[in-house]
Amino acid sequence: MEDLKLHGFWFSPFTMRVVWTLKLKGIAYENIEEDWVNKSPELLEYNPVYKKAPVLVHYGKPICESMIIVEYIDEIWPHYSLVPRDPYERAQARFWVNYADQMVPALFAALYFKCGAGEEKENPTEKIWEHLKVIEDQCLGDKRKFFGGDTINIVDIAFGSLFKVLYTIEDVNEVKVIETEKFPLLHSWFNNFKNVTVIKENFPDREKMSATIKSIIEKALASS
Amino acid sequence: MEDLKLHGFWYSPFTMRVVWTLKLKGLAYENIEEDRYNKSPQLLEYNPVHKKTPVLVHGGKPICESMIIVQYIDELWPQNPLVPHDPYDRAQARFWVAYSEQLFSAVVPLIYVDIADDEEKEKVIEKVQKLLKDIEDQCVLLDDEKKFFGGDNINIVDIAFGSMIKFLVTMEDLNKLKVLEVEKFPRLHSWFDNFKNVSIIKENLPNREKMCAIMKYIRERKRELQSSN
Repeated sequence: MEDLKLHGFWFSPFTMRVVWTLKLKGIAYENIEEDWVNKSPELLEYNPVYKKAPVLVHYGKPICESMIIVEYIDEIWPHYSLVPRDPYERAQARFWVNYADQMVPALFAALYFKCGAGEEKENPTEKIWEHLKVIEDQCLGDKRKFFGGDTINIVDIAFGSLFKVLYTIEDVNEVKVIETEKFPLLHSWFNNFKNVTVIKENFPDREKMSATIKSIIEKALASS
Repeated sequence: MEDLKLHGFWYSPFTMRVVWTLKLKGLAYENIEEDRYNKSPQLLEYNPVHKKTPVLVHGGKPICESMIIVQYIDELWPQNPLVPHDPYDRAQARFWVAYSEQLFSAVVPLIYVDIADDEEKEKVIEKVQKLLKDIEDQCVLLDDEKKFFGGDNINIVDIAFGSMIKFLVTMEDLNKLKVLEVEKFPRLHSWFDNFKNVSIIKENLPNREKMCAIMKYIRERKRELQSSN
């Protein structure tokens, strides 16, 4: 067995991306659940720049940043490949993975908004919808079941993890974000994605996730 | 000849990254200088999501985002390789390439900062220097034994940081201040000297006065726009 350890938070979309990748490829690893308010000395040593999870440690060598970890895993274990083989397709996929990460501030704003820290003039859900519209119109387009075509790829992984957070936003804000009428293609895609066997088996419980994230945010706001 | 077109701004650090990559690999391409205040319909069609440069168009197909373009070029034309061969080294390089984007975000406010406002100025400089310190102290790729982040030859990290430090130097010229202080950042300082002296980089490093002038112009245009609103 490979010497593989994953430091992460079960409720974090970034950790989920790595878990899904490892599970899709059937790679065994040791899961090290980190404590949000009390990060392990190992984590801080492995990721001194950001002090964040996930960190994958392969034979003692750390790799940081979720989608960099995903590509690393895909390069070393190419079966069930997630990174497109064709250079042009690969560049397109990386573009959309970048886009997914550019959406993150809007997701955080929405999470903090309802919990009481919001000072935004505009409803943060609006900002998220703007992003979803771009993906619905510009990215999904003629794709089949998944962004990767018939099988999932890095774009599905990147967006899938963030869509999981949208559920939390819906629960925390008591608002519907992934509206079927507004985003029919995305709605359909996310249903397909959630039903991929490995994803389904590694999909954190919605209520638990929303409760955990809500609690973290409330504590953070209380102490600031 | 390959059907390669590059839509960019000569003064943009992002465009520079692609130009350097193409030149390092000896690739011929058509340069299409865009006007930031009047972007071409082609650019807007090629990058409908962000409407930004650079965009590389290969055989009519657009690729966007500077470091994605750089990796694309490296994959198709492997001579003078820029992406590390080993997967672990590649992951480390990508980590620092991603970090360079934060440097950009921190430096950009220097275009518009009111240098008469000491407090504001100090805040911006502090933020940039914190990032530079992280690179100076934490980036294991930057060590005294090696000329470049890539070792003996430049790689994607050198390209990513090189463009940002060039941008920072322009901000220093524009505002007559020093941010990349040699006493505080000896390794980075030394590395940038090495980087600027790589022949291809030297030949394709926009003139300092011209860079300063264009940034001044961009600043003035923005101020005009703000005061008319």
